[in-house]
Amino acid sequence: MMRLNCMLLSSVMTLAIAGAAFAEDTLTVTSWGGAYTKSQEEAFFKPFAKETSAKILQDEWDGSTAKLKGMVETGQVTWDVVDVEPSHALQGCDEGWLETIDYSKLGGKDAFIDGAAMDCAVATIVFGTIYAYDAAKFPNGGPTTMADLFDTAKFPGPRALRKSPKTTLEFALIADGVKPAEVYDVLGTPEGVDRAFKKLDTIKKDVKVWWTAGAQPPQLLADGEVVMTTAWNGRIYDAVKNSGKNFKIVWDGQGMDFNLWAEPKGSKNKELADKFVAFTVNPDVMAQQSKYISYGPTLKAAIAKVPPDILVDLPTAPENTKNAFVVSSEFWADHDEELTERFNKWLAQ
Amino acid sequence: MVIATMNDGDEARIADRTRVKRLGSAKSKAQLRALLLIAPLLIFLLLVFVLPIAVLLTRAVDNRAASAALPYTLSALSAWDEESAPDEALFAAFATDLKQSPRDQIAEVAKRLNYYETGMRSMLLKTARTIRNAKPPYNAAFVAIDPKWETPHYWTLIKNASPPFTDYYLLASLDLERDASGAIGRVSAENAVHVDVLIRTFVVSASVIVICLFLGYPLAALIARSKGAVANALLILVLLPFWTSLLVRTSAWVVLLQGRGVINSALIWLGLVDPAHPLDLIYNRIGVLIAMTHILLPFMVLPIYSVMKSIPPVYLRAASSLGAPPMSAFLRIYLPMSMPGVSAGGLLVFILAFGYYITPALVGGPGDQMVSYFIAYYSNQVTNWGMAAALSTILLVAVLILYAVYNRIVGIDRLRIG
Repeated sequence: MMRLNCMLLSSVMTLAIAGAAFAEDTLTVTSWGGAYTKSQEEAFFKPFAKETSAKILQDEWDGSTAKLKGMVETGQVTWDVVDVEPSHALQGCDEGWLETIDYSKLGGKDAFIDGAAMDCAVATIVFGTIYAYDAAKFPNGGPTTMADLFDTAKFPGPRALRKSPKTTLEFALIADGVKPAEVYDVLGTPEGVDRAFKKLDTIKKDVKVWWTAGAQPPQLLADGEVVMTTAWNGRIYDAVKNSGKNFKIVWDGQGMDFNLWAEPKGSKNKELADKFVAFTVNPDVMAQQSKYISYGPTLKAAIAKVPPDILVDLPTAPENTKNAFVVSSEFWADHDEELTERFNKWLAQ
Repeated sequence: MVIATMNDGDEARIADRTRVKRLGSAKSKAQLRALLLIAPLLIFLLLVFVLPIAVLLTRAVDNRAASAALPYTLSALSAWDEESAPDEALFAAFATDLKQSPRDQIAEVAKRLNYYETGMRSMLLKTARTIRNAKPPYNAAFVAIDPKWETPHYWTLIKNASPPFTDYYLLASLDLERDASGAIGRVSAENAVHVDVLIRTFVVSASVIVICLFLGYPLAALIARSKGAVANALLILVLLPFWTSLLVRTSAWVVLLQGRGVINSALIWLGLVDPAHPLDLIYNRIGVLIAMTHILLPFMVLPIYSVMKSIPPVYLRAASSLGAPPMSAFLRIYLPMSMPGVSAGGLLVFILAFGYYITPALVGGPGDQMVSYFIAYYSNQVTNWGMAAALSTILLVAVLILYAVYNRIVGIDRLRIG
């Protein structure tokens, strides 16, 4: 028995030492996979590994917080840096399973565009919820403003909208004349909610499809099912660039949203994780990512470093943010259920 | 002599009784043995199927989050009259709780209070973040964070959220709520969505059964009467949908049915349909019924086919030799004998259709979402487990009631799968 204990102890010790040695120069970064992770690999992982000679291990997740939360609660944290959405960053901060970000080491919160510097996560990219149309359907000039999406007299034809109140209600208010900066103040009141649904009423019969998956909008445009649809900008850009489609994005009234780096509490490589995050939050490095995917950088200084031919298609281009709002994760954490219930009721009427 | 016979009779009776007893004990022994044989499976099912589901369903009434996170506040509130302004003692108790309790517990309470009053989540969390560094007197500290803490209304909400069990979720899933006095009433018309969805789920499932039966019965009869290679080929065609993924099949229907899809293009080419107005076959109820029928048809065909296989053709020949015309031979012999298969298929299709949501979400219109869509929304998107569990309970109870009705009308012993 004693001998067995000794053996166990020594093997555990060996493992611990090996683990420590192993942990010193490897970093596990978890992201969403696909073209998005590919762009991070080119822009961040490879240069970082080269500079620090640290080894980066990649992992994937689907955004279900249960796994991340479970890791922190059981003390088995195997992810050092995780790419999260604002709703995760908010929940992780509230429930205490994400580290707080020290912005003094990242050039201060003011270096970022509005809403990108969250308490427990720092945004690296901006994606836009926009609406796009098929240029072939509008030979005499297509729509240019958010109001045009709701103007079926001037721009007839079936539309598709997202089957969710998120961004859909904001678009309705902006089309109704609300300034993007005030959209959540208005939507926070019962009158504002009524106003948004009233505006949606005006095009309800023209909305042929309510989409649920990000892959649907470009497909619906390509099939000629609809003439315009709300979408995530990366999907439309991809259809234009890689399938040669003639789709045009209308940036007016776009909703900007983020993807952010977060560090789960209890990671054994916090120091290296901090180093990695700081490495990516550098205008020169961050500006690289938009070469590989059509999402914009979050550092004000990085936006200026993106080549102009790429910048044109990014949500953060000055030209494209003239009339934009930032999707408020705080607002939706409070109102999601109430508005979704009402939205579903409205849909079924 | 008489006595002797009586004794004989008694003896016989006693012998009878012991025989019956022995038989009984033999029977119960056999039953016990049978039970022991299936015990591993029974225990396995209980552990991995019945128990987890039961535990999950208890979340529909579980409300212990508040009492776990706010013990001092709740004991201070129990003495409060719900009208007077909150005093310093109450604020101090609340501050102690917010400082001591784990943050995830506080977040859970905040989320629950938000169901009663939208906006309370951020109000409580903001307060919890700030109050950690506050010093007494707490009254001023709380009001500095949010003046709303002075109004009794918010403290009443916290008090109402404190019982360990709640019927809030179960009522909400039937579009009901309790008002301030505790009386049950209907929720406002624009938020009453669940009852409609439940009725819709029922209607869609029932429609799918009727269509499946209409298509499946003749097909099953054809397969049952075919021989060898033909029967095999037909069976393989029926089973084919089982070997493709549900998502692929659903997407294939999108390609076929849409406005510029295969079917509409063919009809336009034939001149049967005006190109400007193609048939609306998708993103509405028609699309849902077509796609669901396609996916569920094998579940109807296979039980009916296996029952029909066991009906001897001799019976029908006997009926016609006794002078029955084909129609009445079918109605009086074949149909009643194939009924167990029909009821088995019907029950299978119904229970499966009741839980569908991917298909209606992709090929349905805005008015075609079923109950499962909402269960998925509550459990994955907003992690409101109470609501998800309550809706699941309602769904389960609805299925059990239907099953009971079915048992009364058809009789479960008449059900045959093969």
